[in-house]
Amino acid sequence: MLDSSKIPMQAEVVERSRESESIFTLRLRLLDEQHRRHYRFDPGQFNMVYLHGVGEIPISIVSDDRNMHLLDHTIRAVGRVTRGLEQLCEGDVIGLRGPFGRGWPMGKMRDKDVVVITGGVGCAPVASAISYINRRRARFGHLAIVEGVRHRDDLIYPDRFERWRSIKNTKVLLTSSEQSAPWPWYTGRVTDHLDEMEIDPSKAVAMLCGPEGMMISAAEALESMGVEESSIWLSIERNMQCGEGFCGHCQMGSLFVCRDGPVFNWTEVRGLLKVVGI
Amino acid sequence: MGYSCIAPQIKDGAILYSPFQSIENLPQGISDYQSPGSYKLKKSQDKRLFNWSNGPQALKPILFSPHENLWRAEKNSDGKITFVQQIPEITPLAIIGLRSCDLAAMESMDRHFLRPDNPDPWYKKRRENLLLVAVNCVSPSNSCFCVSTGTGPEATSGYDLRLHECDGGFLVNAGTEQGEKVLDVCQPSPASQPILDQVKKELSNAVAVQSRGIAANDFRSIFSGREDDSIWDETASRCLGCGNCTAVCPTCFCHREEDSSGLDLENSVHHRVWDSCFSAEHSMLHGQPVRKDVRERYRQWMTHKLSGWHDQFGESGCVGCGRCITWCPVGIDLVAESASFISLDNGEE
Repeated sequence: MLDSSKIPMQAEVVERSRESESIFTLRLRLLDEQHRRHYRFDPGQFNMVYLHGVGEIPISIVSDDRNMHLLDHTIRAVGRVTRGLEQLCEGDVIGLRGPFGRGWPMGKMRDKDVVVITGGVGCAPVASAISYINRRRARFGHLAIVEGVRHRDDLIYPDRFERWRSIKNTKVLLTSSEQSAPWPWYTGRVTDHLDEMEIDPSKAVAMLCGPEGMMISAAEALESMGVEESSIWLSIERNMQCGEGFCGHCQMGSLFVCRDGPVFNWTEVRGLLKVVGI
Repeated sequence: MGYSCIAPQIKDGAILYSPFQSIENLPQGISDYQSPGSYKLKKSQDKRLFNWSNGPQALKPILFSPHENLWRAEKNSDGKITFVQQIPEITPLAIIGLRSCDLAAMESMDRHFLRPDNPDPWYKKRRENLLLVAVNCVSPSNSCFCVSTGTGPEATSGYDLRLHECDGGFLVNAGTEQGEKVLDVCQPSPASQPILDQVKKELSNAVAVQSRGIAANDFRSIFSGREDDSIWDETASRCLGCGNCTAVCPTCFCHREEDSSGLDLENSVHHRVWDSCFSAEHSMLHGQPVRKDVRERYRQWMTHKLSGWHDQFGESGCVGCGRCITWCPVGIDLVAESASFISLDNGEE
């Protein structure tokens, strides 16, 4: 069997669903029985998704890690590869390398309150972690999910947010920074609503994913509420081509984001994130 | 012993390592003149073969190929894809005339590409079955600063055989068992004391003539918190952002991955090519570069070499070969640029 971190595995499109005008989710299934048997991922890890003849892109795995055979990837169509992936139909075959990187520290959240703060499509890389928690609900304290979007059309996963809202000890706060369209939830930025999370900051662990400016503001706001600096985790995005820290594109300071991350502790990256163009 | 040979030869006005047939192809009686932004070959008085410092490339393109096919994807008639790994076929290779700076750079590249937990198979393949023949450098150029980086001019590790060219012969010793085997075949005669004295004198001269020296080995504390310093703006105002420094730097490992599809769209090859952190595409994210201007890209390059490399690999990414200085079209001098942060530190600015 070829090394699936170096050479893609075949994966079949099981389903393509639309999340918003430009965002869609591909549900993939590995074709090779051996690959299916060996493939394991942690919430927060990503795959390199290959479109035949066009190229590869890094996409985080958004599905529940209970089902290793169906791998969901939520993708925004912005470039050559993603626009091509958007055209795929059920049964089409693509390539998949992975999984890569360090995911969310699920073990560190046991018996803690969990805060999830995301912006836009940043809610995708934490979706798998939320599923993980919901399947083991008793092991975790209160769960607060805060998702901010610019415009209501940018909101993806509305059904999931509704489902999560109905789970015991779970609070979901959706907020839109533009008020141009009717919106039943909050307005403003994610940081405007953190005092409504109903969590105990002294025993909270936070997962942040979204634009860097939003993550910095959210991390600082959490700290000022009393959340430990070392209990805040962020998922960082950079240009990634190999997925294993060889090609050099994802470097941020001395970190290889693809290999050392993409999930980092706030203590590791807070200095770096404040340097423009690092 | 079944090795193909690669040795330094003159090509396009520079000394480059390429397949060689005969000793007449070596750059006999040639020396090089280098300074910031300048490289020239000239005839010298003596008949030595290695009386020059270095050319624009040495080991890097041999071990880390500028173009490497990684895998092929064949689309079958049923829509499935067959992925086939592409591993280069390499014959045993003897590389003759390597400098200590290039061997130090190779050891640095080894630390990156041959991670014990996950070696890069393509680099690994090219790295195997080599016979590395070093030649001590006795004529460093004006751009060289290997004494200050502790990587030369005498070759001290990484070689199978090491030569020191003397008038009319070579002093040779083996660094590995493989080198010993070659010596067993050659049966060299023991060196006389005058020859040993001459070698010692030439090496101390090669140390003495290096006027350029990097101000520190580890710049982490020096660069820390200086990301917005105006020194970067000043350097960026001269830098063309061409990426020559990254192309000639023997430790620059960045590469991008690309796909080339046949006209039938059925066969596609996924390959990697050298890349440079001086391009906008290098840090492209959602259609915008993270490092948006030359200032941020030069800062990335220099801080990576002199500072971040220590975190990543426990040593500096600079081996003092001076290539980035010589081959910079506007003569930007890494040694001077980095020293300007030190003078500020000392309050001399």
